[in-house]
Amino acid sequence: MSETPDDLRYSRNHEWARANDDGSITIGITDHAQDQLGDLVYVEVPEPGREVEANEACAVVESVKAASDMYAPIAGTVIEVNEALADKPEVVNQDAYGEGWLIRLKPSSSDALSTLMDADVYREFVESE
Amino acid sequence: MGKKTPLYENHQAMGAKLVDFAGWDMPVHYGSQIEEHHIVRRDAGMFDVSHMTVVDLVGTQARPFLRHLLANNVDKLQEKGKALYSCMLNEQGGVIDDLIVYFLEESWFRLVVNSATRDKDLDWIVGQAAAFGVDVIEQPHLAMIAVQGPSARDKVLPLLDEANRQAAADLKPFYGEEHGDWFVARTGYTGEDGFEIMLPEDQAAGFWNALKGNGVQPCGLGCRDTLRLEAGMNLYGSDMDESVSPLVSGLNWTVGWSPQERDFIGRVALETERDAGPKERFVGLLLEDKGILRNHQKVVVEGAADGEITSGSFSPTLDRSIALARVPAQTGERCQVEVRGRLLAARVVKPPFVRNGKAQVE
Repeated sequence: MSETPDDLRYSRNHEWARANDDGSITIGITDHAQDQLGDLVYVEVPEPGREVEANEACAVVESVKAASDMYAPIAGTVIEVNEALADKPEVVNQDAYGEGWLIRLKPSSSDALSTLMDADVYREFVESE
Repeated sequence: MGKKTPLYENHQAMGAKLVDFAGWDMPVHYGSQIEEHHIVRRDAGMFDVSHMTVVDLVGTQARPFLRHLLANNVDKLQEKGKALYSCMLNEQGGVIDDLIVYFLEESWFRLVVNSATRDKDLDWIVGQAAAFGVDVIEQPHLAMIAVQGPSARDKVLPLLDEANRQAAADLKPFYGEEHGDWFVARTGYTGEDGFEIMLPEDQAAGFWNALKGNGVQPCGLGCRDTLRLEAGMNLYGSDMDESVSPLVSGLNWTVGWSPQERDFIGRVALETERDAGPKERFVGLLLEDKGILRNHQKVVVEGAADGEITSGSFSPTLDRSIALARVPAQTGERCQVEVRGRLLAARVVKPPFVRNGKAQVE
């Protein structure tokens, strides 16, 4: 069974979002998503400063078998990206909710996370897929 | 629910992630495709390839039939047990399938063909065999396990019937032999040494477990694909199909041109293409920029038509992306590949990329 931490929010595209103390939002792909993709071999993140809409493709995660887009679960401005993934994409497999984060956003709206699923709803969503 | 091999329950018990492959529920990996890949290059891994189709050709005219059916020349098989890789072509020179043929007896040859093409292969073979009076007998109750890697033979031999162990140890590359109702061949699809073993389906699970007990890692079809790509081996349906000939699929070496009088199916079309000079050639690509090459990406060559990647992936051994591609004949040492809207630099190389654990390209 894949992990789904209770303190995060989740999108239908299998991204997670964490509210940081400074108001920024850290985003990555869920443990379920990395498990479905298999071993990641390449991750491409956006340039810091880029503005993204909700559900806009903003990063690429590639496993041995296929390339998948990561969508911004909420609108905002990219303020930091995880550069370490360029050399170690497998960190996303090993630690999807920690070292395997992809981008940090400054959200356009302060209550943006309320549009996302909580952990219980996401678990049911994964079950139903 | 797809078809299940005799090893389906073993796969489940060993934690395989199962996917549909040509109508079969097959393991894609047991945890990490990349780790499995490295184990085959460095030690020994095993693959359930029971979905592949085994067809015996029986009759006094079996050899003349194969002279006609196959693009490679079955008369290269003069010693019992010897195997030959060949394409089976249509009249237009297009590839119906690629296969291995084993010479077992003068009136008995064994073919191993792809599972995804089983139905059309059998239809074609049966249709062609009628004129030769050769019986086409599928062997659906044989399981097949490929054990591959530098330690593979050492880990298999102690598990074989004692009476046959020495004979198996003495098998030369690309030979196979019968051991009662088992068939052991020194063949594979990974670029490593090893065996492919056909055995009765009710003995497959026990043998699989014994191999596991002897330190052989179960491996899925995921790493089978990256291993064969590194080894520069074609995959039917990706690298060639009925719309292309062996001459533009890197398989010129498998066409038995001589003797001139051997009348194999597709010969006239191939000769016409050869004499005109093929417009395309089949090459390996090494990606020099960051990214991953994928099937069907466009290859851009200056001053020439576009080419296409036929198999692209990540090479765990080389830690970079590699591909097989069909490109214009005039392609030089460099090209570009359109990857997700961007043009990335690639170098043209001659496959294989990796053989016996060692990189073959700079």
